[in-house]
Amino acid sequence: MEARSVPSAAHLPLRERLRETAPVRLASRYPQRTAAAVIVVGVLILVARHGLHDVAQTALNGLTLGSVYALGAVGLTLVYGILKLTNFAHGDFLTFGAYMAFLVNVTWGGPLVLGIAFGMLATALMAVFLEKIMWGPMRARRAGLLQLLLMSIGLAFLLRYTIQFIWGTQVRALDVNVTDTAQFLGLRIGRTDLIVIVIGFVTLMAVGLMLKYTLLGKRMRALSDNFDLAETAGIDTSQIVLFTWIFAGALAGLAGVLASEVTNLRPEFGFALLLPIFAAVILGGIGDAFGALAGGIVLGLVTELSTLEIEPRWKVAVGFAVLIIVLFVRPQGIFGKATAI
Amino acid sequence: MTLPLGVTFDAFTDFGFWTSVGILAGTYVLFTLGLQLNVGYTGIVNFGQAGFMAIGAYAMGVLVVKAHWSFWLALPTAVFIAIGFGLLVGLPSLRLRADYFAIATIAAAEIVRITALNLRDVTGGNQGLFGFDESWNSLSDQITSWLESLGWSDPEQLFPLFIVVWVMALIATVLLHFATKSPWGRVLRAVREDEDAARALGKNTLAYKLQSLAIAATLGALAGFFVAINLNFLTPEAFLPAFTFIGFAVLVLGGLASYWGVAAGAIIMWTILEGTRFIDLPISAEREAAVRFMIVGLVLILLMAFRPQGIFGKKEEMVLGD
Repeated sequence: MEARSVPSAAHLPLRERLRETAPVRLASRYPQRTAAAVIVVGVLILVARHGLHDVAQTALNGLTLGSVYALGAVGLTLVYGILKLTNFAHGDFLTFGAYMAFLVNVTWGGPLVLGIAFGMLATALMAVFLEKIMWGPMRARRAGLLQLLLMSIGLAFLLRYTIQFIWGTQVRALDVNVTDTAQFLGLRIGRTDLIVIVIGFVTLMAVGLMLKYTLLGKRMRALSDNFDLAETAGIDTSQIVLFTWIFAGALAGLAGVLASEVTNLRPEFGFALLLPIFAAVILGGIGDAFGALAGGIVLGLVTELSTLEIEPRWKVAVGFAVLIIVLFVRPQGIFGKATAI
Repeated sequence: MTLPLGVTFDAFTDFGFWTSVGILAGTYVLFTLGLQLNVGYTGIVNFGQAGFMAIGAYAMGVLVVKAHWSFWLALPTAVFIAIGFGLLVGLPSLRLRADYFAIATIAAAEIVRITALNLRDVTGGNQGLFGFDESWNSLSDQITSWLESLGWSDPEQLFPLFIVVWVMALIATVLLHFATKSPWGRVLRAVREDEDAARALGKNTLAYKLQSLAIAATLGALAGFFVAINLNFLTPEAFLPAFTFIGFAVLVLGGLASYWGVAAGAIIMWTILEGTRFIDLPISAEREAAVRFMIVGLVLILLMAFRPQGIFGKKEEMVLGD
């Protein structure tokens, strides 16, 4: 709501006063540089306190987690930007992809690569199916924000508990070697973590290049930026909407498989990842695909690096704390425009 | 009478069954009345109601068990703590658009739950927090002996809780009913319909939204007390975000902008959820639990698709259109 423009509350004068100070003015003019500077200073402090080796090792874990967040976030943010849908079922898309990979990789004994491919394909197909039977018809009826929001929550429940009905609540694992480790530059990394980082980063690079240079990517971003204008400019919106779901579904499926190796495969693990993914989306500026990629990596890094200072069991709260701080300090995110809030 | 699949309706004539359904439904009336005031009448999408419930319940439990406060003093204090938390969450986040606010409130609720999980010395963490309900038990015994004096021999053990929950739920429903009809309530609806217009008329809309959230936090805390008493202990598991969403299912089942709809929705929802326990399906308990939540999901999807105003709601009051 547009409360920002009108000073309606007692706390606003203080905010205004703060906004007038030089450092705050500078920081809000260059949000990306400010964020980068904060991270660099934070990392330097951590290096001074814990040594380069520990920080690098933890940062490596952070990149693993960050690539999962980024893959989940880019689909969520595009769906939001293009369809104006805050999809609370997105986390359960991750769960779905992971269980589909489990089906191929463990139940049917297929190779992991095939499992990942199937997980991505199945999630993309499901996303398209849901667009056809649910989201498309609801948009045609001009459904309101709350209606769509609650529908996505209903969908999240249905997906999660259908998975629980079929596979139960016990922790599952994909058929991967979790004890094998590789060494490089004195850092130790699990083979599976290495797979996650490599696949995650290669995909993120491909996604970034695709969004920046291909016609489809440009059209997606155009639609996300201003749907009506893009439509007026002659872009076939219904086609882009389908591609967006395929894109979001496949990336969510991949993120789910990768996350299930990092954490464990349970029916509720995707929902647990949803809030950090939302945090990444908001950190990057909701609707901004590159922002989501950057936001995911940053949040993964911050979450893991925080374990150097606080007990690991508080790690999950870090994502939420970042979310609330961003909403308080800069709700439009690092890349977003203030107009949207 | 026996049907195929081993469905029996014995449970539905069992007084104990209806007492436990009634306690859950009454608790959810209090819980969801807060959502109704926020979503149905003020137009703010509060996804953190389970967090208010958790704050209220844990504040009460910790004050009684760890700080050795009197139960009756701990209750109002816990309500004030929940209100304080609501204001703390609302002040920065109510400036935001509806969906941002939803995400901010669910994050705040999760922070509460994770804190309850991790702050083991204070909250007992996963082990649970016990021993806060002595005062309640003696009150419950008094009500039981009063019921016996009315000529009811051997009343249901949980029936006093049932009575107190529903008395509170009815008081809250009636109070909210009149509050919403008052000039104050009309401003809330104005905020919901067109916040800019309300502000143009000189209303401090943020203050009204904060008051709405504070009342929701109060009702959440009250629901939390009854959850705690009903369970006999406190565990973070009882305050998962899923419970907020069950509240939303109750809300839209009964209908937006209808306080009596909340009661109807809560009774229908918990009869379905608890009734399915007695359908003797040839599946494991884990799968039965899954089926119950699949029903909640389906109810939400189908209602939003085909009857977004719910059973008793008015379509013209469903204005969270954009």
